[in-house]
Amino acid sequence: MLEVSGLSKRFGHFPAVSAVSFTLRKGEILGLIGPNGSGKSTTFNLIAGAMRPSSGSIRFEGTEIGGLPAHRICRMGLARTFQIPRPFRRLSLMENVMLAANYGNSGTLAKSDAQRRAERALDMVGLPAADGIEGLGAAALKKLELARALATGPRLLLADESLGGLDHAEMEHAALMLETIRTKLGITIVWVEHIMGLLMRIVDRVIVLDHGEKIFEGLPEAAAKDARVTEIYLGHGRRG
Amino acid sequence: MDIYLFEAIINGILLGGVLALLALGLNLIFGVIDVVWICYAELVMCGMYMIFWLHSFFGWPILLASFAAILGVAGLGVLLHLLVISPILGSAPINQLLATGGMLFFLQSLATLLFGTDFRNIGVRLPLIELGDIFISYSRLLAFGTALIGAVALYLFLSRTYLGIAMRAIAQDREIMGLMGVDQRRVYLITSAVGGALAGLAACLLVLQYDVHPFIGLSFGPITFMICVLGGLGNMIGGFIAAFVMSQIIAVGGYYFSIEISYVLAFVFFIVLMFIRPQGLLAR
Amino acid sequence: MAADQNGQRSLGEGAMLTLCNISAGYGSFRALFDVSLEVGAGEAIGVVGPNGAGKSTLMRVISGMLRASSGELVFEGRPLTHVPAHRIVEAGIAHVPEHRRLFARLTVEENLRIGAFLPQARRHYVERSEWVYALFPRLLERRRQLAGTLSGGEQQMVAIGRALMSKPKLLLMDEPSAGLAPLVVDQVFDLVRRIREEGYTVLIVEQNLQQVLDVVDRAYLLEVGRIRLSGLSAELKKNPAIRKAYIGL
Repeated sequence: MLEVSGLSKRFGHFPAVSAVSFTLRKGEILGLIGPNGSGKSTTFNLIAGAMRPSSGSIRFEGTEIGGLPAHRICRMGLARTFQIPRPFRRLSLMENVMLAANYGNSGTLAKSDAQRRAERALDMVGLPAADGIEGLGAAALKKLELARALATGPRLLLADESLGGLDHAEMEHAALMLETIRTKLGITIVWVEHIMGLLMRIVDRVIVLDHGEKIFEGLPEAAAKDARVTEIYLGHGRRG
Repeated sequence: MDIYLFEAIINGILLGGVLALLALGLNLIFGVIDVVWICYAELVMCGMYMIFWLHSFFGWPILLASFAAILGVAGLGVLLHLLVISPILGSAPINQLLATGGMLFFLQSLATLLFGTDFRNIGVRLPLIELGDIFISYSRLLAFGTALIGAVALYLFLSRTYLGIAMRAIAQDREIMGLMGVDQRRVYLITSAVGGALAGLAACLLVLQYDVHPFIGLSFGPITFMICVLGGLGNMIGGFIAAFVMSQIIAVGGYYFSIEISYVLAFVFFIVLMFIRPQGLLAR
Repeated sequence: MAADQNGQRSLGEGAMLTLCNISAGYGSFRALFDVSLEVGAGEAIGVVGPNGAGKSTLMRVISGMLRASSGELVFEGRPLTHVPAHRIVEAGIAHVPEHRRLFARLTVEENLRIGAFLPQARRHYVERSEWVYALFPRLLERRRQLAGTLSGGEQQMVAIGRALMSKPKLLLMDEPSAGLAPLVVDQVFDLVRRIREEGYTVLIVEQNLQQVLDVVDRAYLLEVGRIRLSGLSAELKKNPAIRKAYIGL
């Protein structure tokens, strides 16, 4: 479904992402992890169209999307959430999601169509449509993010740090929601996260980045035992 | 070189002295507290009125009145910070501009109310020094010398004392000052007092050369801002140098053309430089 | 405040620093939930945990940069819970901030000087600075250099030296190895050992698990804002739960 090859991004001389390649199969949940500064967010942003690659290619269902503007990528069926949700505060909950439903598709949806899609999305994440934006807590805002992404009718969902700012119970719920989205709606998911516990239990495969390079690809259990992965997370012992 | 051109250059340097002092004060406040006192020239105006009032109505000697004015405007600075700036420190910069802008009009109106719109003069005529064919105003020379001493004193304060280092440090990293044992609020108050004192000092020097009236701030306020921006807002050395650059343009332009044209030239120079280097000459 | 089964003293008894049920956050974002720990005089204590665990938030609460929303903080018997940062330094806690936070446009010497801003520290400035320069001879050569022009490791030395200038009783170190090359990291931890030898009590927050556990006596594992584990560092090294906290499995 998604084929990334030789993806690189340089900021000036700094190589944020170096020759990262992987394939995403339809219907899987892939975890993209790595310590701070590993390049996972940059890789995520390259796929989502928020940045242009310096080199390499990203093919979504056979079509090259590297360098395309984010809204076109979205309309092709690839949606993303944002780590820090920023809903339009002057609009109601419903209107926020309806906007996504409309512009994420053709941009010419009838109002009733947009409303229906929005209602379905809100129902999926468990947010009552009648709520206002004011006073929404962290968990509800994350749900709104998901609803907005789902309303665009994606085949591939890029989830950006879906667990940040939530307490333990809310995190469990958010993680399980991603799994439900995959299982019930058949949406393929790439999940970037730095809170490890839940992710490792839910994803099918995991890709580990360190300093912009891919250092591991495979099952979560194998990643946890891999020596290099261990070193980048736990730190290294004395060199001297 | 034409002797009169030389005279113009000298006068330019002397004029630059007081402008540099004003720029130092404004940059100090901005660098440390991160606010722009739009009403800075009006504080100077208050100082000038204080000297006029104490000397003309109470018969104080000029020197004593000058010291009182320096302390008085220092106190005004502290009041300005406590009552106007401190409550809005955390909010959007536009609020500071509006608040200090409001103070500008307030001070002008207050002065008009108290003293009327007449031009007041303290009636001191300092001699002209004759050097060959050129005349140099003694008051200008005195102003330049005092401003230079003030600048040096400020430099020594900022580089040698603990408070001075704290003030320079706050400008670079506000958040961790508490970790050094520095009470931010106290530093802001002292900075406001010093900024006010510099304005008071400038008032002493200006009152010797010019009449005071409620709107005199408009004669040197805008120029002071331009000088600060030209040198890089917050950059003390930049402002200092820019003051002399601008005053030279005004003085030499006044020699070749007229005084009005010279100001136009100065403004044009400023605009052109803003296109070339918008962050200021010596900005980092 | 019951005793912990991992060999920890009862909280509050004879401890230099005690945190009791501290919660804190930034606006609606809660970063710490009911954190309790203690540091005894002369000890070196580590707080470890993965990214985003709240370690830096914990440091900021202790040093007064951030107000706790609930809980108590007691230092040498004095409650310091809502005391502003500059008073906490006065009480004897110095904080070496994350990412060093030097004043880049001041010289090394000026950075150290401002560390001695407190009146009681100013009086002893000369002896303090001599001691710090003895600890970090490289800084003596570079004392008139602008702090921003030094290498990462040297900057870390300045940051630590600056904190030591106030002659603190407790030194807080926030991720001292962050952003430093591996060889320099070794040097930094050697430094921490030396500071300990001089008798300072140290609380280190650190992501590099292996090295910090070699330096401290005891450690706490902080995960998503809560203390999950604590104990002697020798035991923690063997505990699989630590690995699980970092890697998830």
